[in-house]
Amino acid sequence: MAIAIRAEGLAKSFNGTAAVRDLDLEVQPGELLALLGPSGSGKTTFLRLVAGLESPTAGRILFDNEDATALSVRDRRVGFVFQHYALFRHLNVAENIAYGLRVRPRATRPADAEIRRRVADLLDLVQLAGLGKRFPTQLSGGQRQRVALARALAVEPRVLLLDEPFGALDAKVRRDLRRWLREIHDRTGHTTLFVTHDQEEALELADRVAIFNLGNVEQVGTPDEILDHPATAFVAGFVGEAVRLPVNVASSSLRIGPHQLRISCGKVTGPAELFVRPHDLALATDSQPAILARVLAVRRTGPARRAELALADGLPTVEMELPAGHTARKGDILPVTLVNLRLFASR
Amino acid sequence: MRNGVLSESPAVRRTLIALAVGFLTLFLVLPLLAVFSEALRRGLDLFIAAFAEPDTQAAIGLTLLVAAIAVPLNLLFGISAAWAVAKFEFPGKSLLVTLIDLPFSVSPVVSGLVFVLLFGAKGLLGPLIDDWDFKIIFAVPGIVLATIFVTFPFIAREVIPLMQEQGTAEEEAALTLGASGLRTFLTVTLPNVRWALLYGVLLCNARAMGEFGAVSVVSGHIRGLTNTMPLHVEILYNEYNFVAAFAVASLLAGLALVTLVAKSFLEGRYGDQLARAHRH
Ligand SMILES: Nc1ncnc2c1ncn2[C@@H]1O[C@H](COP(=O)(O)OP(=O)(O)O)[C@@H](O)[C@H]1O
Ligand SMILES: [Mg+2]
Repeated sequence: MAIAIRAEGLAKSFNGTAAVRDLDLEVQPGELLALLGPSGSGKTTFLRLVAGLESPTAGRILFDNEDATALSVRDRRVGFVFQHYALFRHLNVAENIAYGLRVRPRATRPADAEIRRRVADLLDLVQLAGLGKRFPTQLSGGQRQRVALARALAVEPRVLLLDEPFGALDAKVRRDLRRWLREIHDRTGHTTLFVTHDQEEALELADRVAIFNLGNVEQVGTPDEILDHPATAFVAGFVGEAVRLPVNVASSSLRIGPHQLRISCGKVTGPAELFVRPHDLALATDSQPAILARVLAVRRTGPARRAELALADGLPTVEMELPAGHTARKGDILPVTLVNLRLFASR
Repeated sequence: MRNGVLSESPAVRRTLIALAVGFLTLFLVLPLLAVFSEALRRGLDLFIAAFAEPDTQAAIGLTLLVAAIAVPLNLLFGISAAWAVAKFEFPGKSLLVTLIDLPFSVSPVVSGLVFVLLFGAKGLLGPLIDDWDFKIIFAVPGIVLATIFVTFPFIAREVIPLMQEQGTAEEEAALTLGASGLRTFLTVTLPNVRWALLYGVLLCNARAMGEFGAVSVVSGHIRGLTNTMPLHVEILYNEYNFVAAFAVASLLAGLALVTLVAKSFLEGRYGDQLARAHRH
């Protein structure tokens, strides 16, 4: 299958400091790819490089296998949705959406009636029918972002680039817009790159997720792959609510603080880092190797109950999901085993 | 402000207000009234007759001409300076911003003298211009140059802070939507600063028509040829022709009043946009 966007050895530095370094990434046609990473990891810079709003220090960008590195912004036909909307403040909603059609050269510009029809369709699509005459300042944040999306879609872009589109909105609106964006994507089928630093958002919304760190991509994969098989220690620590424990591996046994667990540890030996999420721990049956952990607190998180456990003095505390009906209380000692090993040799 | 620590006692407040109003009356309202009453003291006929005088008409015409050249040029200059400063990074940017303010900090007389030193008969470029049989000093071109120099900060200073505050996101959005650079400038950048621009044009125009010092140095005071309205007022006054002097002066005062009204209208209506420009 053809590749919609390909970045090859892409790099960008500002005054000598690298924001994106030697980055390779492939985007499949029609997929919704989330770019997830901590603040400052180069997500925005990468998106702007794809749009042509920045020019790379090194490397190439290909659209549909054609080199687009030298193409100007206006010739790239990307739809860009900015974090702070960037709506034209002196134009009303309908004029904002029509802008990209009106600036076309006469030969390709649709007739006025056609433009009006397209704007009305887009207003319907983003559920803002009837608000065409409003000005941006008369809209809520969520509404503004939907106008921004409609404006980007109006030019029939070959890719849609969204930079933290819901970053400035409150949690409830974010969740609604997230579902709605997924629906729109499924309906219009645009290849979409979506920047976020909210992993819940990325994992819920995206077909695949690219994890950014220090200007590079650490791993690309489906949410399941990222969560279940993190490729690097950074990914393991960044996604999920993982706790990082320093451990030592020697001849198929795992040493955590004072405890020794007889578990097969794959290829890793020597000092290592173990990433533990609530679902990685379980109550041990009698036959399983177990650590005796002390319950520090029991909390309710949604429908489930979680115990906060101290494995040993000096180690970070970990959380474990309790089976339904379990009566653990603060101060109890529980036998705990690891059902999942996310282990990376220390660097 | 309405309550609590910042509210003054009523007596203090009334005293302060009375002081401010009294000061304004003494130094602004009374002189303005004096100008109009002096101009009309001998009746409307003489007032109107003052404007039939060919030298007066020439002075009015010259002032209009100078403003008609200086204001559009400074509009161009102000927009391009603001565009460069607000939207791009380049070496020497802070120096440029400082230089824009220069005419405000230099006495207008000095500004005028600079042009005499440059283009006068014994000036640096004087001989060069002589060869072309083209006069700058003691002629209209000198007056235009001096006026442009004195008034160029007005528009740039209104627009720069506003453009800086607005950033480049809307321009980038326009580019991604397929607009050309020029189109982006005309449909996004300019409309976003239009009220600040108009405001700057008003101030620039008022100063261009009213400038005395710099123009006086380069003009040569040739009646009917190189006299602008402010210079003509001085000449008439020195000749004890008070009615005519104040009649012309009342035109300038009227211009000031119109500017003031337009200015406060803009501030009332688009205050939010203009206030941003003045927060610096
Ligand atoms: N225009 C710029 N000038 C200088 N440094 C920049 C610029 N844009 C981004 N950077 C730097 O590049 C790095 C990556 O930034 P960015 O791409 O915005 O990260 P993210 O979007 O992941 O938070 C940061 O260290 C940031 O300070
Ligand atoms: Mg960012």
